[in-house]
Amino acid sequence: MRQEKLIALILQAVALSALAGLLLITVFIFKEGLPLILRTGLKDFFFSSDWEPDAGHFGIMSMIIGSLAVTLGAMLIGGTLGLGMAIVLTQFCPPKLASFLKPTIELLAGIPSVVYGFMGVVTLVPLIRSYLGGPGLSVLAASIVLGIMVLPTVTSISIDALKAVPRTYWEGSVALGATRWQTTHMLMLKAARSGIVAAIILGMGRALGETMAVIMVAGNALEIPGSVLDPVRTLTSNIALEMGYASGEHREALFAAGVTLFAVIMIFNTIALTFARRTIRQGRGQ
Amino acid sequence: MMPPEQNSPVIEVQNLTVTSYDRTILDGLSLPVYKNERLAIIGPSNSGKTTFLRCLNRLNDLQHSFKVSGTILLNGSNIFDPGADTAQLRRKVGMVYAVPVPLPWSIYENLVYGPRLAGVRDKNRLDELVETSLQSAFLWGEVKDRLHMPAKNLSGGQQQRLCLARVLALEPEVLILDEPCSALDPISTAKIEDALFELKSRLAIVLVTNNTKQAARASDRTAFFLMGKLIEMKETGRLFTNPSDKRTNDYLVGQFG
Repeated sequence: MRQEKLIALILQAVALSALAGLLLITVFIFKEGLPLILRTGLKDFFFSSDWEPDAGHFGIMSMIIGSLAVTLGAMLIGGTLGLGMAIVLTQFCPPKLASFLKPTIELLAGIPSVVYGFMGVVTLVPLIRSYLGGPGLSVLAASIVLGIMVLPTVTSISIDALKAVPRTYWEGSVALGATRWQTTHMLMLKAARSGIVAAIILGMGRALGETMAVIMVAGNALEIPGSVLDPVRTLTSNIALEMGYASGEHREALFAAGVTLFAVIMIFNTIALTFARRTIRQGRGQ
Repeated sequence: MMPPEQNSPVIEVQNLTVTSYDRTILDGLSLPVYKNERLAIIGPSNSGKTTFLRCLNRLNDLQHSFKVSGTILLNGSNIFDPGADTAQLRRKVGMVYAVPVPLPWSIYENLVYGPRLAGVRDKNRLDELVETSLQSAFLWGEVKDRLHMPAKNLSGGQQQRLCLARVLALEPEVLILDEPCSALDPISTAKIEDALFELKSRLAIVLVTNNTKQAARASDRTAFFLMGKLIEMKETGRLFTNPSDKRTNDYLVGQFG
């Protein structure tokens, strides 16, 4: 019996350590970053694009816009493709092929992000430069690379959401004279809506947080992009690029950018989880 | 009313065989279904009743392992023809399942879904279809003031009548029901049976049931299936009082089943 208790205790400690990790990170980055935001002022920190750490200017607006631009672009590409794949794999493709393709798409998640960045630099960037103009390192390049990187997230969660819709709904609809496509868009997508929204939001969180691949293909210029062919610097790239030599207030400012990211991603994930839970409830609720 | 046999059949099943992997589910089945009749199909489980029903609207197409051969003529044309439109077929041969499955919308939305797919856009026409089909399913009085309530909130018996109404809104020629009352209480069952009695004046009804009493009560002809074969089919009263095959008799008196 004593052994049972000991094991239970150890397992509890392990489980709690994940929570402790989250708590420590939160406390640490807020403690490091928050004072600077308050000192600089919300307006000068969030709504100024004047980032000159040496002169004590810490405006992150251009990076916020950069992050939003590549995230939005990634979701336009990866969200559309991912949802499309989920629809094809669950509604139109023979189950055997689907059971082979789904793990294949999920394997994309296992490729290191530096490899995505590398592929972007050697193939995508030159293509954009020669066919569309500009430096090639751009919002567009980052969006495409990130779009592919979020595919596994969006696809596999959307597949789960579509599969959670009771099979009887599908059959009921088909028996009423609906074609596959009519059933898909009039019934399945509606019934799986909250899960699909969750998939998109989790994908957004992943795109927003990605760093290495973005640094390699986005160009990292500190300016507000005028078009998708202009280079941008995202919040994450900025932290990664400057952390190595930053000190004092500069270092604090990077933590403050981290606080911003942290807050946004937490909000995204909370929304996504709320939606995902709602889908599960609906699935069971029949 | 004219005895149904004097009509030409709406559906004519000829030598229908269904296999799945190595198993034969239906074995060379032939039978006609007439307009203005209620044909009950009885038989023990695994006798192929449901599979037969799902051939009539080609829902078995969705089972990849099922191989179907033979012919089913609906008004003279083979529903298995390569060019046949399955969506159109499923509107003409409307199906009610054993377990009612209201789609996750309001009562009204459930009813207009099929007609909308068929291309009915006119709001007045849709409203009319909703009312007449709910009346035919004996549900109108209970739900007319709350058509926009979620269909899930209805009781089980009401949900099944909603599913019946939903099919009737397609204005089918044949109504096929797969043990529609197996999950219902006696009062709801009676309402469905009453509805079927009224409905036979305008369409053909095929009712699969595990309840021989229901077949005796609510059908004009009865077919007895066993192991995928049609053993015997005749006028319901005669089948129950004077079955000609020993196996039918054994089933009816409860020797097996």
